[in-house]
Amino acid sequence: MNEEKTKKEDVSSEDTVIEIVNMHKWYGDFHVLNNINITVKKKEIIVVCGPSGSGKSTLIRCINRLEEHQKGQIIVDGIELTKDLKNIEKVRSEVGMVFQHFNLFPHLTIVENLTIGPIWVRKIPKKEAEKIAMFYLEKVQIAEQAAKFPGQLSGGQQQRVAIARSLCMKPNIMLFDEATSALDPEMVKEVLDVIINLAHDGMTMIVVTHEMGFAKSVAHRVLFMDEGEIIEENDPEEFFNNPQNDRTKLFLSQILY
Amino acid sequence: MELTKKNKGKVIVKPPISSIGIPGWIRENLFSSPFNTVLTIIIVSILWFSILPFLNWALIDSSWLPDANCRESDGACWSIISSNYKIILFGFYPQDILWRPITAIFLLVSLLFISRNRNYWNAFLGYSWIISLVIMGILLKGGILGLEAVDIERWGGIILTLLLSVFGLTAAYPLGVILALGRQSKMPVIKTFCVFYIELIRGVPLISLLFMSSVVFPLFLPEGVSINAILRAQIAIIMFTAAYVAEVVRGGLQGMNKGQFEAADSLGLNYFQTMRLIILPQALKIVIPPSVSVLISAFKDTSLVVIIGLYDLLKTTQTTLSEPKWMGFSAEAYIFIAIIYFVCCFFMSNYSRKLEKELDTGL
Repeated sequence: MNEEKTKKEDVSSEDTVIEIVNMHKWYGDFHVLNNINITVKKKEIIVVCGPSGSGKSTLIRCINRLEEHQKGQIIVDGIELTKDLKNIEKVRSEVGMVFQHFNLFPHLTIVENLTIGPIWVRKIPKKEAEKIAMFYLEKVQIAEQAAKFPGQLSGGQQQRVAIARSLCMKPNIMLFDEATSALDPEMVKEVLDVIINLAHDGMTMIVVTHEMGFAKSVAHRVLFMDEGEIIEENDPEEFFNNPQNDRTKLFLSQILY
Repeated sequence: MELTKKNKGKVIVKPPISSIGIPGWIRENLFSSPFNTVLTIIIVSILWFSILPFLNWALIDSSWLPDANCRESDGACWSIISSNYKIILFGFYPQDILWRPITAIFLLVSLLFISRNRNYWNAFLGYSWIISLVIMGILLKGGILGLEAVDIERWGGIILTLLLSVFGLTAAYPLGVILALGRQSKMPVIKTFCVFYIELIRGVPLISLLFMSSVVFPLFLPEGVSINAILRAQIAIIMFTAAYVAEVVRGGLQGMNKGQFEAADSLGLNYFQTMRLIILPQALKIVIPPSVSVLISAFKDTSLVVIIGLYDLLKTTQTTLSEPKWMGFSAEAYIFIAIIYFVCCFFMSNYSRKLEKELDTGL
């Protein structure tokens, strides 16, 4: 990755798009998220890292209510997440999510995977939805596969389709849940490139990843989680060169050779 | 290595000729070891000594013409069919107007055949079904357009079997899907109701349900109100089959990857959209083979309506057999209706395999 390509966009606006205040979550008795406080500004890119089982996936899954929090507040785009189904559906349609295992719909073609959200949630006519779909497929450089089924594509291609599917909903925020962890090594780059391009377009993103190189070059802030708590929060330079917390140091020493 | 040739610099080696083709197949499957050779010889001789006499009985010594005197020959008496096919196939439907049920059945079968091809599934076919069902009803029931009225109690034979199974299965399947979804529901009342219903119905034999529908159920109706016996049997069959379909479909729903629900949720699709567009198309595809098993056995179970006195295919056959002239030729009669059942079931399972192939998207 060369210097110019990875130059970070400035966080121009000071608008807060995600606000998480004193949030707790338990699985049974297990305190999986403990007093989480995060504020995400528009166009900000936040990388969340930490050992497995530290609650990073659960955290971002709470942001579009795939998981329910039990205490505290989560406010996304001015809408507080409560039991209100209408609000939940509204937030979900504003927040794109990309999963570790792609979760494409295997019975639908690529283009149908992309248009299903716009047609049924946004009520856009089919023709127009297909136009939008092709635009984003071009963007992730996979337009020629539009008529195929997900099962016929490689892992990297499937993940790019999954990103395009989220983008078709024109989300304000994108969440990436270990989007490259299930990929063969040679496919990681093609997916990271797509995410980096999104970063240049000024998308607000929260990225859970183990790709530290990516974190270093793209993130505005890095959050380190362990045992359900945010242990350290810093800009990437400081985080990697001068970690404060012992657990962060240990984690970094274990993953960086 | 009998054949080798060069292709793009690669040497293509063909398998030895003795392992391919018919000789190869015979050697591989029938005579691969001394033990298998002995088995092959034994089985072929068993077939030889059982099938030949059967063919002799069924085809060569047999009598085919109506009213032939079967008692004098040793062979099969197919005359029982050729003399009584009207009773066997149509029960007590008035014999001078049999063109009406025949036309109705022809209409039904041709629509079923057209509907096999999913390319024809459009609004036009839907309307054709609705119009044809009305026409079939008018043809069978009569009473208008100058057609002689035929009492429903007189419908019998294949008319009744098709009526009970086509409507039974088409109504039971969606009902079963709804029950399966209900059983997976997060709403406790709906869930409890569905579990209770499914377990209750699956816990009793179809025969007892049919008895209840014909004996117990009318006791609860106000005096003077009666519901037709065929309709009551139809409802019992639908309720029974739906419970089994529900459990099969539930298996498919549980087999779904959790990620599919999450992906649909994260796009903002609501519950009904998620189920209709994402989950059911996949889950129902997974359960095509077991669902077809349930539907086939439900189709055959329609013959149990015999016990509540409805004249379906099996009962009309038995009626024929009770005539003194035809007593003792039950083998022929039962072979005949077995063939009818087999053809119907064969087309169902054949269609299910075709559907599986069509819906296969490689994942």
